[in-house]
Amino acid sequence: MLVIGGGIAGIQASIDLANMGIKVYLVEKKPSIGGRMAQLDKTFPTNDCSMCILAPKMIECANHDNIELLTYSELSELTGKAGRFKAKVIKKARFVEEDKCVGCGECAEKCPTKVDDEFNTGLGKRKAIYKYFPQAVPSTYVIDPDYCRTMQGKKCGVCEKICKAKAINYGQKDKVLALNIGAVVLATGFDLYDVAPLMEYGWGRIKNVITAMQFERMICASGPTGGHLKRPSDDREPERLAFIQCVGSRDIRHKRYCSAVCCMHATKEAILAREHYPGLTSTIFYMDMRAAGKGFQEYVRRAKSQYAVEYIRARPGRVTEIEENENPVIHYEDTINRSFRAREFDMVILCQALVPSRSNQTIAENLGIELDEFGFISAPQELINPFGTTREGIFGCGFCQAPMDVPDSVIRASAAASKVAEVLAHGS
Amino acid sequence: MPIRVGVFICHCGTNIGGIVDVPKVVEYAWTLPHVVYAEGNLYTCSEDGLSSIRSMIKKHHLNRVVVASCTPRTHEPLFKRNCELAGLNKYLFEFVNIREHCSWVHMNRHEDSTLKAKDLVRMGVAKVSLLKPQEDLSTEVIKATLVIGGGISGLSAALTLANQGYRVELIEKKDRLGGLLREINRVFPTNEPSADLLDPLINAVSNHERIKVHLGVELTEVNGFLGNFQAVIRKKGKTHELKVGTIIVAVGAEELKPAGLFGYGQFHNVMTQLEFEQKFKSNYADLNRVVIINCVGARVEERTYCGRFCCITGMKNAILIKEANPQAEISIMQRDIMAGGKVFEDYYRRTLEMGIRFIRYNVDRPPQIMGSDNLAGKVEVYHELIGKNMVIDVDLVLLNTPLVPREDNEQLSKIMRIPIGSEGYFLEAHQKLRPVEFPSDGLFIAGCARYPTEISECIAQGYAAAAKAAVPMAQGQVVSEAFTAEVDPLKCSNCGRCVEICPFGAIDWSDWKDTMGERRKVALANPTECKGCGLCVASCLSGAIQLKGFTDEEILAMVNTTAETHELTLA
Repeated sequence: MLVIGGGIAGIQASIDLANMGIKVYLVEKKPSIGGRMAQLDKTFPTNDCSMCILAPKMIECANHDNIELLTYSELSELTGKAGRFKAKVIKKARFVEEDKCVGCGECAEKCPTKVDDEFNTGLGKRKAIYKYFPQAVPSTYVIDPDYCRTMQGKKCGVCEKICKAKAINYGQKDKVLALNIGAVVLATGFDLYDVAPLMEYGWGRIKNVITAMQFERMICASGPTGGHLKRPSDDREPERLAFIQCVGSRDIRHKRYCSAVCCMHATKEAILAREHYPGLTSTIFYMDMRAAGKGFQEYVRRAKSQYAVEYIRARPGRVTEIEENENPVIHYEDTINRSFRAREFDMVILCQALVPSRSNQTIAENLGIELDEFGFISAPQELINPFGTTREGIFGCGFCQAPMDVPDSVIRASAAASKVAEVLAHGS
Repeated sequence: MPIRVGVFICHCGTNIGGIVDVPKVVEYAWTLPHVVYAEGNLYTCSEDGLSSIRSMIKKHHLNRVVVASCTPRTHEPLFKRNCELAGLNKYLFEFVNIREHCSWVHMNRHEDSTLKAKDLVRMGVAKVSLLKPQEDLSTEVIKATLVIGGGISGLSAALTLANQGYRVELIEKKDRLGGLLREINRVFPTNEPSADLLDPLINAVSNHERIKVHLGVELTEVNGFLGNFQAVIRKKGKTHELKVGTIIVAVGAEELKPAGLFGYGQFHNVMTQLEFEQKFKSNYADLNRVVIINCVGARVEERTYCGRFCCITGMKNAILIKEANPQAEISIMQRDIMAGGKVFEDYYRRTLEMGIRFIRYNVDRPPQIMGSDNLAGKVEVYHELIGKNMVIDVDLVLLNTPLVPREDNEQLSKIMRIPIGSEGYFLEAHQKLRPVEFPSDGLFIAGCARYPTEISECIAQGYAAAAKAAVPMAQGQVVSEAFTAEVDPLKCSNCGRCVEICPFGAIDWSDWKDTMGERRKVALANPTECKGCGLCVASCLSGAIQLKGFTDEEILAMVNTTAETHELTLA
């Protein structure tokens, strides 16, 4: 059994299958499992700390006798047919021996090279030898060969000298693993839509316009600012936040679908911001407030009544900047009061569209399955067989099929596991 | 045999060793009562550290082990397993966390951290010396599931479990399968007849050799625990017992009948979506002027939740009417269009492109229905986006009402000891990560019994609940940790507090015969159901309950050794 993608959906599918006694290879292209949920500070509508509920699942995965974690790995080939597939997986070189590294972190402390931190959406820095995030599973470090001084032929070798576990191996090579598997579950999740082409909102041009994922890392205690909100322009604490919904979603120029989670995501971030700074206010610019899940309406009501969150039905046309104080100004039509307005804020957060993982294209080619027009994994009988794909023996779950939130992804993951168990029961 | 404790203290590289003076703590450990061996490790969890634990247990005949390192969450199973490998009962092990509790929280206070680490190690040694060997409890799991409810969720769960090789008892209180979906003509977003997807499923379930369908039955009693439940069902006065290992609740929900709202009950041509589907079946060609009102009895003070898919139901019927009669004038009065995701947003766009009018109204100024002689003739509405009142002539008004929990949920909740949330729907174990499980082992939930859920999601939840139910059945046995509550029947005053407070229903009354042969009622804990949370221990006024591995004696030994060392007086 092969699961591709180590986010919450892939983790859940793996655990369920492994608990049924089925051997699972969990392939994740990043150095750690955890996926997008690991980047979140808290989760709606309960405000549970994301890492606190995810970490036990990650550990369960890593410690499970029936799960083999293949992190920093990618599928390169699949042949055969349902029940008797042969898969090739490339395990990329970490240049750190997995069975020796104990994750103590002394290497990264001493490493002289700083690199933009992808996990923190580029807001912070990491070293050339790094752990993907503090709670990474496995906790093994990775050397980024593009930046490592030694691997770039310069004088260094600091990490090798400092590592008491003798885990550094600059000469490590990629490995190709050949696996015999019965079925595949895809759980490749989502990527963030690039908001730079939406010039009207000024991301990249106006310093105090950031994306929702950047905000999430900023408000997270383990993030680059230690949970403090700081305006990128001057590190000042913002007092007035604005969230713009549907940035790239529900927009025929970009993605015409609804990204499904952003209404609640923005509401959560506004609540968290107010919890951090009792004087702060948030305004959410929305088209429809899509709070349709269990407990969601109550969450929005709480945001309004207890956290001073203001909701304005408007699709802002443009964001400009006031030169002297670098404050962004949102220009919008309030569709309920039918008036054009311009309002100044300290910081603007764009709830960008969420798009299928960019790696889906290659994966689909390798697996011989079809994607839909947006790049989601296609489920031809979406209504009655929501876990199916266009090829027998290959299943999908979670955001890689269509936009959905964590509980829905977890449900789909367990559902796919049940379907796989059926197929394997018939095969044997 | 004398107690012989070994202590292993981890540097965790610099994580602990950089703050806590580990060699000093090791030296200190040697001085503690019963300690016959102590060492520091660079990484106790590395193979070097683990093999040292194993060999020292043998070499020094250790019969208790303490590891002082990081968090038990990640590392306790590892150390326990290594104790077992060396022949030591895994319950004679104690974990001390000197990383999170010392070096990480007192990063700038090296001496205090070291002092605290010594305290914690001393407490660990005091406790481990009193620990007793325990055995895990394992029970057989009956490979059968009881599915309650024969709607789309229950049918899906039953079929996948049967296909995986498990026996299924499917009970339904009505005389036929299909649930709410049976009453709907066509389903969104494909607009295919619901029978097209329901009939094959019902056939597959009805003809499956491993599924037994019980129609027209009532569930009256559920006893037992994961792996071994007994459910009593009644049909026409006769009762029958079913023995199963797991139970899935898929009782669905019902449509709200909005008495007194928007002319419902007053005008014959004002009806709910479900009533519309049943009345008109698929004969929509004669319908001309139709108004659909959303959020009827939903997202209001008395019922705050959103019905999740009513928006889409309204659009479906609007599309079907418009297709049957392209001249029909249809308005949908809405407050927010809940068309989340990929498929529904396209469905929304399709509705708009067909010329169906959407009018946004405000909850404080809802549409008014006007008419005479039991017939509604006009709807007046304040169009929030235009800022004007509109009057629309109508032949038919459809009210989009949400699903509401079934009235007998309360009774089922009592029978099965499963929780109900504030809206009246059953409450899952964890909203984010355990959406189809109940807190008690072996009990699962799917579909509209949990919250209003559209069809594909009901199917997914049926399958998901089935996966959860399949796990213990595939394993064949449930192993429960030995750290459970134990009642001393001699001390039990049978007040019943523990029975009430136990969230897992693990404590029950039972007849107990004392040494004199006298019978009386006492509360006894079932070790298979007990999760070791300790609530009962704290609630017991007679001190009759102890939690194995956390007995009063063991906890007090830890407290006392701290008090003695720091010359504290315990009140």
